[in-house]
Amino acid sequence: MKSAAFEYARASSVAEVCDWLRDGDDDIKLIAGGQSLVPMMAMRLTRPARLIDINEIDALKFVAVEKDAVRTGACTRQCVIANDNSLAKAVPLIRQALEWVGHVQTRNRGTIGGSLAHADPAAELPLVAQILNAQLVLRSFAGTRTVAANDFFEGPLATATRADECLEEIRWPVWNETRTGSAFTEVSRRHGDFALVAAAAQVSLDAGGKCTRASFGLAGGGYIPMTFPKLAARLLGTILDDEVVQSVVNDAAAEFDPGGDLHANAEYRRQLAAVLATRMLRAACEDARKRR
Amino acid sequence: MNEKLYPVTVEVNGKPRSTQVPARLSLVDWLREELRLTGTHVGCEHGICGACSIMLDGEPVRSCLMFAVQADGHKITTVEGLGGTDGKLSVLQDSFCEAHGLQCGYCTPGMLIASQALLNTTPDPSEAQIRDAIGGNLCRCTGYRQIVDAVKLAATRLAAQKK
Repeated sequence: MKSAAFEYARASSVAEVCDWLRDGDDDIKLIAGGQSLVPMMAMRLTRPARLIDINEIDALKFVAVEKDAVRTGACTRQCVIANDNSLAKAVPLIRQALEWVGHVQTRNRGTIGGSLAHADPAAELPLVAQILNAQLVLRSFAGTRTVAANDFFEGPLATATRADECLEEIRWPVWNETRTGSAFTEVSRRHGDFALVAAAAQVSLDAGGKCTRASFGLAGGGYIPMTFPKLAARLLGTILDDEVVQSVVNDAAAEFDPGGDLHANAEYRRQLAAVLATRMLRAACEDARKRR
Repeated sequence: MNEKLYPVTVEVNGKPRSTQVPARLSLVDWLREELRLTGTHVGCEHGICGACSIMLDGEPVRSCLMFAVQADGHKITTVEGLGGTDGKLSVLQDSFCEAHGLQCGYCTPGMLIASQALLNTTPDPSEAQIRDAIGGNLCRCTGYRQIVDAVKLAATRLAAQKK
């Protein structure tokens, strides 16, 4: 379990990273926290010729809470994100998800951008990005472009990032409706392990308890973490009663294509998806009712 | 094999150590094989078991998931650095002996690093906090009960020392 040989360079700025990536060479890999990349290299599932270390770039480490979005630098550690109270107040779903991500030792090293760029279909942070439709800022030598999370995830470990681009910043939309609630849960074999199924939801209610905004999603086993904007639209104007939630969730579970493996078969995963999504919509609704 | 070597200077347990390493050398292999600090154990080598936990700039991380070259300019504490320079065990280490917090000893360095990191920030941890802190460390002797007891004992002893 030793990596194949590679060359190493420590980048001191994003401009330097873009310079390295300029030719769009597929053999170059960026390393952030390395909590997924290093095991893959040890198992020789990937063998980059050159590793560009972005861990020492301070400009990629920040949390900025603004009115309509929380901006996070791509190389901000998961532990820093989890402990940031103003971020948790603006976008509670991120901290709720991080409670399920790895362990102390991996969150101390793992980064928020690394989880998204790696795009494991069973990982928690990509699901949050999908549900909130976070905006991802990608930089290349030619400049920056912003890609919505809903266009970013293309398949297992596959994203819209080009070989000459580096994920620089993630903008997490803030729902400014007063009565907004969210919830995240998952079932895994061991706490901290990848989810067999993860589910999360965020809803806003008006003064009369009617839903004005809703988003929910499922991850684990499928190709990408899934969100269901058309189904969520059916929740609007309702009081999120059991009947409407059940009908929406059943349709979501039918769309969810989890596949099966030795950890859990597809049927079990689809059943879990329906149960967990129902619970999360109810929990998000309860959470929203408490806020005034 | 002619692999390129990279200069690295790391403060390990308070002492600066300089060397040249191939890029693919993992931090744990460097600590064990070159510095002969064999207290840190290699278990799964892909970030699951926690036996290789060390402190990097005061925070616990897995040393199998870092390359030695990445530690350049940083400070590391290994299990050898937890006790006194005179070879005396730390309060936590002694509590592990007292409460039978180890059986085969394989997971012990990782358990000690994870527990010490907890006690550094949370001097009076609840059982749930202790279990969460060691949640990323596997003990296959099934000795978790005694490990939790050992951390509680250490917290009590450290609190008594402060009075």
